[in-house]
Amino acid sequence: MKISNQTLYNINKNEYRAQLESTLKDAMEMGLTEDEFNLICKKIKKIPNKTELGIFSAMFSEHCSYKSSKKWLKTMPTRAKHVIQGPGENAGVIDIGDNLAAVFKIESHNHPSFIEPYQGAATGVGGILRDVFTMGARPIALLNALRFGSPSELLTKHHVSGVVKGIGGYGNCIGIPTVGGETNFDKSYDGNILVNAMAVGLANKNRIFYSAATGAGNPVIYVGAKTGRDGIHGATMASTEFTDNSSEKRPTVQVGDPFTGKLLLESCLELMSTDAVLSIQDMGAAGLTSSSVEMASKGSLGMYLNLDLVPTREDKMTSYEIMLSESQERMLMILKPGSEENAKSIFDKWDLDFAVIGEVTKTGRLILDKDGFEACNIPINPLVEDAPEYDRPYEIIQNKNTIKVNELNINYAVDEILAKIFENPNISSKRWIWEQYDSSVMGDTISSNGKSDASIVKIHGTKNSKSLGKGIAMTTDCTPRYVKSDPINGGMQAVCEAARNIAASGAKPLAITNNLNFGNPEKKNIMGEIVGSIKGISKAASFLNTPIVSGNVSLYNETNGKGILPTPVIGMVGVIDEVENCLEMNAKEDNTLLILGQSENFTEGWIGCSIYQEIENKKIDAAPPPVNLEKEKKIIDILLQLHTKNLLTAAHDISDGGLLTTICEMLFKNNLGLNLNLPKSLLKSDSKDPTLHSWCFGEDQGRIIVATDEIDKVNFFLKDSNLDYFVLGKTNASNILNLKDITTIYIKSLKNSFEKTLPLIMG
Amino acid sequence: MRSGVTIFPGSNCDRDIIVALKNITGKAPIKMWHKDTEFPNLDLIVIPGGFSFGDYLRCGALAARSPVIKNIKNHISRGGAVLGICNGFQILIEAGILPGSLIRNKKLLFTCRDTMLEIQNTIKSPFLSGLKKEHHLNIPVAHNEGNFFASETLLNELKNDGRIAFKYIKEVNNNTDYNPNGSSNDIAGILSKNGRVLGMMPHPERAINNLYGGTDGLKFLTKSFEQIIG
Repeated sequence: MKISNQTLYNINKNEYRAQLESTLKDAMEMGLTEDEFNLICKKIKKIPNKTELGIFSAMFSEHCSYKSSKKWLKTMPTRAKHVIQGPGENAGVIDIGDNLAAVFKIESHNHPSFIEPYQGAATGVGGILRDVFTMGARPIALLNALRFGSPSELLTKHHVSGVVKGIGGYGNCIGIPTVGGETNFDKSYDGNILVNAMAVGLANKNRIFYSAATGAGNPVIYVGAKTGRDGIHGATMASTEFTDNSSEKRPTVQVGDPFTGKLLLESCLELMSTDAVLSIQDMGAAGLTSSSVEMASKGSLGMYLNLDLVPTREDKMTSYEIMLSESQERMLMILKPGSEENAKSIFDKWDLDFAVIGEVTKTGRLILDKDGFEACNIPINPLVEDAPEYDRPYEIIQNKNTIKVNELNINYAVDEILAKIFENPNISSKRWIWEQYDSSVMGDTISSNGKSDASIVKIHGTKNSKSLGKGIAMTTDCTPRYVKSDPINGGMQAVCEAARNIAASGAKPLAITNNLNFGNPEKKNIMGEIVGSIKGISKAASFLNTPIVSGNVSLYNETNGKGILPTPVIGMVGVIDEVENCLEMNAKEDNTLLILGQSENFTEGWIGCSIYQEIENKKIDAAPPPVNLEKEKKIIDILLQLHTKNLLTAAHDISDGGLLTTICEMLFKNNLGLNLNLPKSLLKSDSKDPTLHSWCFGEDQGRIIVATDEIDKVNFFLKDSNLDYFVLGKTNASNILNLKDITTIYIKSLKNSFEKTLPLIMG
Repeated sequence: MRSGVTIFPGSNCDRDIIVALKNITGKAPIKMWHKDTEFPNLDLIVIPGGFSFGDYLRCGALAARSPVIKNIKNHISRGGAVLGICNGFQILIEAGILPGSLIRNKKLLFTCRDTMLEIQNTIKSPFLSGLKKEHHLNIPVAHNEGNFFASETLLNELKNDGRIAFKYIKEVNNNTDYNPNGSSNDIAGILSKNGRVLGMMPHPERAINNLYGGTDGLKFLTKSFEQIIG
């Protein structure tokens, strides 16, 4: 390579070459490619020193730069009338009326949680909470999406136990309720677990805070915990595959302190209620590096920092360590000049460090001093603008193999299959997990932990004479086996299921945050999974008018070359005007159950890629159920219309395990029974009849079961709706589900295995 | 009723009990910051739940040495009522105001769920005298260290003196797991010798509406407040 102005360097050619080579070696150890290194040298017109190189490598890491996914992320629908802030800030912001905004985001902490489950998960929660309160919002709810390896593996128990304790450890202590989420097990996650944490906050819509630096000469403030040597190069670690030696990376995992997190939350919100804060950015991945660079870059300005002024936990920390540390619970702010004293008194009250460490400049450069020397002097622009963006080759592989009912090789009767379904830890109760989370602190929880399909938290201060107030509905969803078989369809399905869950809780779906978890994007098929899911998510999100307002990408979830199931998690948020109207999923006695989105004549269900196929065939090798967006939209509209007329008592989306599984789940809570109506052609079938099985366990999309005690009115309304529906029967107190003369199912024993499975696994 | 709610760094149920107090009494309580020492005379001080000082050292140990504790002790010596909920209960024990100790839950897991409480025969206490003994209270717990532990002597003394306020009891459906933390004799809350200080692990402020958690907490708090000013 060539450096344009070699005379800048008072060294001879040989020394220069040696220095170049050794720096290249360092660069590659930090995860940069040779091309990327050459680009850096060219842009900054010199060979970077160690601190400068560290800063570049962090900013160019997959984690910070989104270099493999950026091209495709740009294609996602991000706008709608109700969107206040889309992707690009600390969190997305939507207008929810009454001058209020919901601020939310989901973020992964996969790599650190595998290496160190407790701290990895805890800091995942801490990080996502900071993203939300950095925007000026008080966090009101936490959710998560977790994926673990085979339940039979000892390591899986270690992961589950540590991650759950870590999520609880942070959320419970800081006092934000963890209200929902999903947990699944699959052997593809044996070497790479997924820990995605979502936080939702509430702000005055005219008091949102952003990160762009303003005003040269304004003071740059560091607040929060001191900087230590933990988490150095965490972002880079999270941007590579694992090998057998990955436990050596434990020092790159950050350590969380929820107590300091709570103090930081309260002090920042207190300061934000004054007019002192001009801009603010949390120090998350790549710590002081990414926060200072992003603030300066967004404001098209420069920044000068004196690193001697940064509060440190340990003596003699180098500029490299200070810039790359991922110590938690820290914020960077630009304050209005003259407001420093007042701001400091707030942080003194909360016993937190407060230091003026530099100022905003016009130079467009990041200049750092340490011990009286200039430790770094580089232009900001190349760090962000010139961060690589790759158009990686991809191939979207769609499994077109459909399974016909008459090809089925049936081993089990209906009741045996149901028993197996509820013994499956992916379907069984997650009580063992959610009882470890404080779900009711803050006193606003209305529905959590599966009481309804989406969790609901009421909005503090919206109480009026008629109602306890408005509520926010939230859910996280993804069916990775569908995405694996057909990325486009699987992406659409995740969005639609999330929207159905929001609607089934009685709320209107509004917007999405997503967490795209995949393997190594340098492989064509994995890149195809990424591109395909983004296409699917985009299509469904724009059809349902639920834009993507924030998100996170986690790649290289691979160990020794083996990748995870593609897992693009959708976190969706909706609004319910009066929380009294929250719909439970539990039916009550003497309710009529109806299935929306399926007619009486429908008998052949879609069993490809279903839980049923896994049970009967021991494998999943077929196309997932197709998604019909018009039908999805329609079913949500009709459901909400029925609900507005006050005709529904419960609703539950049909997903994993199909119709019969969903019915059982609705009967569990109140120990109910049902004499199930069957389509005429199935009346004569026996308990191993393939068509009956497909009807019971098919996973066709766009279906919701509703319960009503006003069946005549519901019938009257649905008659003209042009939506297929079928009356399933009336609930009774028998606790037995009868399929005519075909089979008798004891709900109590299913409920027993539903509750027992996970505690048994966890011991 | 004149009431106050203490706030330590790490308290996180302060807002919840402030809301409950305001809704029930119509009057907002004063906020008692842990470093402050000057307060007006009050009828009731509530020490709310949370993780004061991050639960570092031992739950409640650091809060029990805060300046505000002196005011609480003075308030008690004047015959004032004190309600310590969850971390508040831990603080009362660490401050030596209530006896015994609260150790980690038997299963070593944080536990958040509903519990059913049986009201015990006690000495005269404003917190219990408005309640009918036969009515059980359904109130949630959320804690990691709620396992009440004491010597046999102390347990007997508490029982004989009528200072056990609540016990966890089985619900109708024969739940074997009814005691959420393994506490001795299923104890969920205890009283001071004069009956005017109550420490309890369950959170009554989380059971004040019909949509979630039920209204037994509302009933308990309302009756207590009536008796305190009564």
